[in-house]
Amino acid sequence: MNTKLVLSAKKNIEFRDVSFHINDILSRLVLSGITLEIPQGETLVLLGRSGSGKTTLLKLINGMLLPTKGEILVQGASTRDWDPIRLRRGIGYVIQDAGLFPHFTVAENVALVPTLENWDASRTAARVGELLTLVGLDPSEFADRHPRQLSGGQRQRVGVARALAADPPILLMDEPFGALDPVTRAELQREFAALARRLGKTIVFVTHDLREALLLASRIVLLESGRIVASASPQEFLHLDHAEVHAFAASLDMTPGASA
Amino acid sequence: MNLQSGAWTFFVEHRDEIFGATLDHLTLVVIAMIIAILIGVPLGMFIVQRPALRAIALGVASIFQTIPSLALFGFLIPIPFIGGIGKRTAIVALVLYALLPILRNTYVGLTGIDPAVLEAAEAMGMTRAQILFRVRFPLALAVILAGIRTATIITIGVATIAAAIGAGGLGTFIFRGVALVSDSLILAGAIPAALLALLADFLLGLVERKLRVS
Repeated sequence: MNTKLVLSAKKNIEFRDVSFHINDILSRLVLSGITLEIPQGETLVLLGRSGSGKTTLLKLINGMLLPTKGEILVQGASTRDWDPIRLRRGIGYVIQDAGLFPHFTVAENVALVPTLENWDASRTAARVGELLTLVGLDPSEFADRHPRQLSGGQRQRVGVARALAADPPILLMDEPFGALDPVTRAELQREFAALARRLGKTIVFVTHDLREALLLASRIVLLESGRIVASASPQEFLHLDHAEVHAFAASLDMTPGASA
Repeated sequence: MNLQSGAWTFFVEHRDEIFGATLDHLTLVVIAMIIAILIGVPLGMFIVQRPALRAIALGVASIFQTIPSLALFGFLIPIPFIGGIGKRTAIVALVLYALLPILRNTYVGLTGIDPAVLEAAEAMGMTRAQILFRVRFPLALAVILAGIRTATIITIGVATIAAAIGAGGLGTFIFRGVALVSDSLILAGAIPAALLALLADFLLGLVERKLRVS
């Protein structure tokens, strides 16, 4: 069990020639030949159409999926060698539907990983208050509510707070703002962009929304049919000469003013 | 009028006997339900993890439910250890009847959980056991209880037939009433049984509503 690993400052996450295929009759190749280094503190946005392999790539990082070929190193150790439970408790995870536990209060949801890690009650309570404030929710008003008593935007804020609870060095986000109305989405994107800069965590963010990618990313990686076809800073990205980049850029032109 | 006053007089005159039979009936139901819950809920949790056993367990439980109750009691009589005449055989039959609703609802409750919740639980580093006991089970509890409620009502009804194999209970009055063509006797068994079923339905319904998480 690799309980404690020295945090390698340079390469926090590294994909070494990774392929992944679903083991069904068709044996579909979901990802192939992925080589990618994600340094500490980077906000990497994985951009691509539905079915391009973005979510699969994300799930390979926290060991929810293991690669068919190649390996993924997280803080210097392969995801095959990590104890999956320890690996995941050190990686925050936010998904589109938040996935909050409906039978837990907001405070209990945020306290999930600290509770699993047996923090003492006062430390957990202090951390919950701190995090709710961080994501813009007044603890005195929201801590004792249940998820069903929250709006979609508030649920996502709680989802982010829960992911950050144990102060993980890595944060994985799978279209976290995808199901929100455009106004709330823009609001959360702006706030999250500021938060991400402040936290200095390694963030891997999945989206199919180029506008969101340009706003949040320190680097954009474009996936097409399971392959990386482009990797660039937001400033350079739109100048790349690649058909899929053009396709995404065109989607930007066609929806002026909207963020979808 | 005649029937009503006749039944009423009978009730008053035989209240101790009726009360005793009701208690016997309740005892049969409670014992059978406790055993059925102790088998059905853990078995339901087990087949969630073992898809291969799912069809077999649910299939066998369904078959028991299709056997007419009087026939099931009859079938059990010649079987050694669990069979024979009396309460023990009746309890075995009642457990077999109660099993399907409990098993099926446990399974449905545990598997009918929002996939996003389960994905988050796994991604946050919960173990399989933690996911089962802290997420799946609490969220399935209302559905499991609905199964227990259905099973209890079925059991209260079927337990009246247990009198046919000498297990006592409210069925004693009903069988005697049928034999003697006495409406008063039949009602003395049927009315308390109906009241028990309504009461159980109401009380378990209250608990179920408290547990439901929307």
